[in-house]
Amino acid sequence: MSRQRPSQRPGQRRQGLGVLWIPLVGCLFFLYVPIATVVVLSFNSGRSALNLKGFSLKWYPELFSDSNLGEALVNTLLVAFGAMVFSTVLGTMLAVGLVRYTRSTTLDAVVMAPAILPDLVLAIGLLSFFTWVGFSLGLTTVMLAHAAFGTAFVVAVVRARLVQLDRSLEEASQDLGAGWFATFVRVTLPSIAPAVLAGALLSFTLSLDEFVIAFFTNGPNTPTLPIEIYSRVRFGVTPEINALASILLAVSVAAVLVGALILRRTEKDDD
Amino acid sequence: MTDAPLQTPLLKIRGLSASYGAVRALRGVDLDVADNEFFALLGPSGCGKSTLLRSLAGFEDPSDGTVTLGGADLLALPAHKRPVNMMFQSYALFPHLSVEKNIGYGPSRAGLAKSEVAARVAEVIRTVGLEGLGGRRPSQLSGGQRQRVALARAIVNQPRLLLLDEPLSALDRNVRAQMQLELKRLQHEVGIAFVVVTHDQEEALSMADRVAVMNDGEVLQVASPEELYRNPVNRFVAEFIGRSNVFEGTARPDGLEVAGGALLPGRGHGSYLVVRPEDIDIRERAAESSGGPAGGSAGGVLRGQVLETQFSGGSTAIAVATQGPTTVAGQPVLVTQPGFPTVHRGAEVELTWSADAARIVA
Repeated sequence: MSRQRPSQRPGQRRQGLGVLWIPLVGCLFFLYVPIATVVVLSFNSGRSALNLKGFSLKWYPELFSDSNLGEALVNTLLVAFGAMVFSTVLGTMLAVGLVRYTRSTTLDAVVMAPAILPDLVLAIGLLSFFTWVGFSLGLTTVMLAHAAFGTAFVVAVVRARLVQLDRSLEEASQDLGAGWFATFVRVTLPSIAPAVLAGALLSFTLSLDEFVIAFFTNGPNTPTLPIEIYSRVRFGVTPEINALASILLAVSVAAVLVGALILRRTEKDDD
Repeated sequence: MTDAPLQTPLLKIRGLSASYGAVRALRGVDLDVADNEFFALLGPSGCGKSTLLRSLAGFEDPSDGTVTLGGADLLALPAHKRPVNMMFQSYALFPHLSVEKNIGYGPSRAGLAKSEVAARVAEVIRTVGLEGLGGRRPSQLSGGQRQRVALARAIVNQPRLLLLDEPLSALDRNVRAQMQLELKRLQHEVGIAFVVVTHDQEEALSMADRVAVMNDGEVLQVASPEELYRNPVNRFVAEFIGRSNVFEGTARPDGLEVAGGALLPGRGHGSYLVVRPEDIDIRERAAESSGGPAGGSAGGVLRGQVLETQFSGGSTAIAVATQGPTTVAGQPVLVTQPGFPTVHRGAEVELTWSADAARIVA
């Protein structure tokens, strides 16, 4: 008590971390060591994690000469792009409908369910469904499956923004002579654009590394990247896979940074 | 200036009703608004005034009744086709558009050529005094400037009727007084009928040509501000407009008999007597008459003791605790007089007023 500095009121945040830096570093260690491992091993010249030999970039060119991986990457990008477009358009329309035309919490829950349900349930259900209606499994089915849960995420993000959006903006637009379509394009969409963009990015990245649903709904000849990687690591992680993971890491970090920058810019604008 | 229907009203509302589920927001409203009129809808929150305004704009669907504007059925048109514009309480400026684009939004939707839109925008910007700010975003403007943009955007389409939803509520007190005058000047200048919704009686009285006082989905009285103040139709209007002292009792030919038998002078029919603070004369009671029984009407109308005096520049407000008859609200009787206080706290006083100054209402 007597050692307390006079300027320090009770409940005020203390300057510096004190001994709290120990658990903090522990947590960061826990979170980032696996990621660091992948990156470090991708630059290891030895074949196995057990012999750290020296620095090498050789796994990266080797990666690009592997045509199977390249094909899988193209498949994944196709699926992710298709799922993104599909779920962004559908999810945005759904969010507008839910926020502006209903006040049903049940309906909200129904729409959000695919995002919350265990992937396995969705995967089994989709597989049964596609088989039942005679839809041959392939990239299209994976894309549709990813769009299904991607839509739910887009709805969640866009909905949050729409709820905050002043309803009278859209009324003002109508009042000034714009029909519902002009109002949507000229007023609603610009106002929710950051959320739509964030939703699109989210559905893209979610699809990019999704394994369970893709594994169930894909055909045998068109593996996506996660499936291809999985089929290889069954016999141990190769350095090429570490290199691939490192590239994916770099791409994801870049995507997140770009997204954050865009959000920050638009928020500054309408602040 | 009176309740009588106007000869050729611009806006004619008959039997308008609306409800949200079980709540009846409007109960058969009849109103006329003349061309070039500054009309105010005044009432406490939840009285239905906003629902009425939004029905005129096309954002609410009345269940019953008719509305015609210049003889044409207004309710048959969707919001975006009505020759009516609205200024929103939140201003609802489009945050992603510049001031010029905000104002030009309406004319552009109407399909005017770009040069025509620009000319109109420039003209309205001059009208509301926003020169030099056309390129700014709404977020870069002060509250008063935003209000001007909202106003400019609403009048640029040259509507036949302008609806204003609590137009001044978002402004600071001193800016508000200035904008009241400005709104009135502008209304004369552009020659559009204004219908303004407000819960602030001062605002309504100072700006409007006529005021409709609403409560519980009904219009209680439509009259000029002076008429509303002088001749309220009932206790609600009397208490809502200005400050008043209200007593309850039974009407007699020359006044209101209150509990205890005292007769308060006043004219009219009903069970409430309304007397305005400035109509009451107050004087200190002479020492010799102070021995009389309390509550009598000997000498003055009411006797009492001064609780507090409050000098506010040009006038003084005096609160008097009366002996005998008390006001309906149980509050002290309020008296105002010009200049400095002539009585002091604790003084025994007599209150008098003439029968013509007090009204007995329902």
